[in-house]
Amino acid sequence: MASYSTNEFRGGLKLILDNDPCSIIENELVKPGKGQAFNRVKLRNLKTGRVLEKTFKSGESVEAADVIDVDMEFSYNDGEFWYFMDPNTFEQVAAPDSAMVDSGKWIKAQELCTVTLWDGAPLIVTAPNFVELAVTETDPGLKGDTAQGGTKPATLESGAVVKVPLFIEEGELLKVDTRSGEYVSRVKS
Amino acid sequence: MSQRWQPTATLEILKERARILQSIRAFFALRNVLEVETPVISKAAVTEPQVESFSTQFHQKEFYLHTSPEFYMKRLLAAGSGDIFQIAKVFRDDENGRNHNPEFSMLEWYRLGFNHHQLMDEMELLLSGLMIEEKVNFQRLSYQQAFINQLEIDPFNADVLQLKKVAERYNIETPQGMDDDRDMWLDWLMVEKISADFPKNSFTFLYDYPASQASLARLDKDDSRKANRFELFYGELELANGYYELTDADEQVKRFENDNIIRQQRGQKLMPVDECLLAALKSGLPECSGVAMGIDRLLMLIMGVDHINEVISFGDEF
Repeated sequence: MASYSTNEFRGGLKLILDNDPCSIIENELVKPGKGQAFNRVKLRNLKTGRVLEKTFKSGESVEAADVIDVDMEFSYNDGEFWYFMDPNTFEQVAAPDSAMVDSGKWIKAQELCTVTLWDGAPLIVTAPNFVELAVTETDPGLKGDTAQGGTKPATLESGAVVKVPLFIEEGELLKVDTRSGEYVSRVKS
Repeated sequence: MSQRWQPTATLEILKERARILQSIRAFFALRNVLEVETPVISKAAVTEPQVESFSTQFHQKEFYLHTSPEFYMKRLLAAGSGDIFQIAKVFRDDENGRNHNPEFSMLEWYRLGFNHHQLMDEMELLLSGLMIEEKVNFQRLSYQQAFINQLEIDPFNADVLQLKKVAERYNIETPQGMDDDRDMWLDWLMVEKISADFPKNSFTFLYDYPASQASLARLDKDDSRKANRFELFYGELELANGYYELTDADEQVKRFENDNIIRQQRGQKLMPVDECLLAALKSGLPECSGVAMGIDRLLMLIMGVDHINEVISFGDEF
């Protein structure tokens, strides 16, 4: 089984701790003068997203986590699983709701997402930073009101609801930032 | 992406480094302490299990980069040099991080006829002159007293079981990979609870370490459970390590051998013992105290920066 020694620790390295895959955020060497060295490590549990701290005696080995990011196309959601396909190998994976976190509401078919695989199974699905989605439902637009502030809710084809300027009409294509959940602009067709 | 080539330290910090080096040299010149240079590469190396030397080759034979200029400087002392100091680049494998760089600058000096407390007095003078602040605070605390104050335990008598219990009582997490090594537990409590609670923005001398951590210090003449070794901290940042030096060649041989036994048990490489140092000790090392201080960390605290790369001209090599 692959493993890493503490002297290989660096940001981004993926390890297994208490059976969960974790990613190193920060690694600090503490060494009392002539004494035993220790590594104080801050990690993110990739399953729960929680940040934890752990100390290792320097020289310890920790099991490596087989975690990789693959760009995959969203196919469909059957109510239980979200299906993705690798556009190069045509290999398919099924992600459970728990792996989708917030991503599910931003994606439509053919959207290219980052699927984090742990031992080949989807662990987290990350939507693209920006997506283009059509408005399926919103109050009628206010003509000429392109400068003033003021927003209204709009439902997008993927199911997400975002705040949009008052002039936006049903059927328009919008660019949205999935990280903040905010409207960016209209997409000219 | 364009190649980053610029220094990691600002010009302001490089100027401060130059000022510190000049002040150090002036301090010792005033006291008739001779500046020396000794080889960086040698056949023998430090045996301490916690310190790893870089190695290199010359004509297919293995040589080591020094981790401190100590052995050569002691040979100079034994040869009658009198008081000496050196500013040297030293090298330690596997040490890299916020407070560590695999190569760093060390100030090391030896004073004949000084015990470790007299050397601490001189360090206070030197540091007071180097610091920018008017008022610099120093405290001295024995290793034993520090453990009694912070953890209510006597580090000279406690066994591993008691040390583990103390860790539990104070909610100190157990690092992964700890075994029943007594010194390992003392080191861990030291890091987590002793040095971590030293007063901020002031210097602490911690002196008279357990005999098992004597390194190259003599044992205390009245209490053989302790060694006349000390360390200097600023807040919790370790700055210097010093000894009332061991002059007994037979005892030194035993310590080198013991280091290599521990290395063997831990599956580490055995290191070639410095026979020249042993011969020098046999011929006679004068009574003296010596200390090694990290110049980069000193610069870090003077400039108030928290990563060693910021005080080294090119600190991002590793």
